[in-house]
Amino acid sequence: MAIDTDKNSYTIIFAVIMVVVVGSLLAGFASGLKPTIKENEQREKQQNILYAMGVNNNDPDDSSVAFIQEDVEATFKEYITKQLVIQDGEVTEDDQAYLIDIKKEETKAKDPEYKRRLPLMVGEKDGKEVYVMPVRGKGLWDAIWGFVAVDKSMTITGVYFDHKGETPGLGAEIKQRYFMDDFTGESFLNGGAFKGIDVAKGNNDPNNTDTSDNEVDALAGATITGDGVTAMLRKDIKMYVPYFQSLNQ
Amino acid sequence: MGLLSKKDSKLILDPLADNNPITIQVLGICSALAITAQLKPSIVMAISVLFVMGVGNIVISLMRNIIPSKIRIIVQLVVVATLVIIVDQVLKAFAYELSKELSVFIGLIITNCIIMGRFEAFALGNGVWRSFLDGIGNAAGYGVILIIVGFFRELLGSGTLFGFKVLGDPVAKTGLYAIGYENNGFMVLPPMALIVVGIIIWVQRSKNKDLIEEN
Repeated sequence: MAIDTDKNSYTIIFAVIMVVVVGSLLAGFASGLKPTIKENEQREKQQNILYAMGVNNNDPDDSSVAFIQEDVEATFKEYITKQLVIQDGEVTEDDQAYLIDIKKEETKAKDPEYKRRLPLMVGEKDGKEVYVMPVRGKGLWDAIWGFVAVDKSMTITGVYFDHKGETPGLGAEIKQRYFMDDFTGESFLNGGAFKGIDVAKGNNDPNNTDTSDNEVDALAGATITGDGVTAMLRKDIKMYVPYFQSLNQ
Repeated sequence: MGLLSKKDSKLILDPLADNNPITIQVLGICSALAITAQLKPSIVMAISVLFVMGVGNIVISLMRNIIPSKIRIIVQLVVVATLVIIVDQVLKAFAYELSKELSVFIGLIITNCIIMGRFEAFALGNGVWRSFLDGIGNAAGYGVILIIVGFFRELLGSGTLFGFKVLGDPVAKTGLYAIGYENNGFMVLPPMALIVVGIIIWVQRSKNKDLIEEN
């Protein structure tokens, strides 16, 4: 049986069958592996939150961070004492708060009727309470996000940043430890009012010895990513300010 | 050779040396530069490409008589894309950290010219078994270079292999570092991959004079 493979009708039928076969194959794979992938993503989130808190077994010489530890779930339970959801000033406990998709919350919050849910993880490290907040913003090419851990007075105890597609060697450096470590000790407040933290060029403090200037040294060649980090921190952390005020009263 | 005829074994052995896709045909350079800063991603990339090429060549070869010639490039692309997505999903499920590290480069396998090149040049015109061997051979030739480059870049750039500190500890100044050795930070940057590939090409061509093109 010889088929005329040059006929238009044959070509179209071939294309249709191919798309159907490939489509169902991929759909099968995607739904079959989804639970495992989702679990990995949750574990990664837990690991990142722990990293921001300063709980990590990372090699101190290694510039890369936060491999997912085998026992991350147990460690997460051990260090995170409670998880809160703040919605319109009301605080409720929710042990799945860390899974709240803040990207979706941000989209929903465009509707003025909607009261945005803010997740807040409260942990304890070395006898001190640490509050971990997720942040999300825009870099140069794509999304950037992270977790910020602060103490009661909104002084940073640790941060974790990640990105989807920043330039390797430039913007992608935000997830390097030398950049993230600079944030430790900086405060979001200045004279009691919320100021945020600027990723600043020319702050004349490359070693970041001055932790009261609300500035960290920027990365060379990554101005837009750096500005993205500044904007992300300012926008997302600001929403938690009322909670911290009530905490300190 | 008992298992393979002489012609068949040539299909595997040729791309490993005298017709290597990277050093002779200079294909697939993009990914060779991008992911070879460490040995581990190089090996994973090599295995992923091996899978995609082997299976892809089989699929294309099986379909070679029914593929409409008007849309054959599209069909080839669909086959590669499908296989790559499967690799990506499997890595995400079972080697999550690695998949984050390789992220975009897994997707870029689709555009790896070696794969499309072998589909078009070989699998469309040859039987299943021979196509499979050709795919494996070319992927292996690609993988070998990747692994060589990854080995040198990680060893000289970070002083580690698979993350183990084989040259001693640069901070505590043990091993080689005790006598003043320093890591070459330039090795971890992409340009050095090009230079390492260049050195491999140089070594290969000075060993085998037949490979030198006449001007």
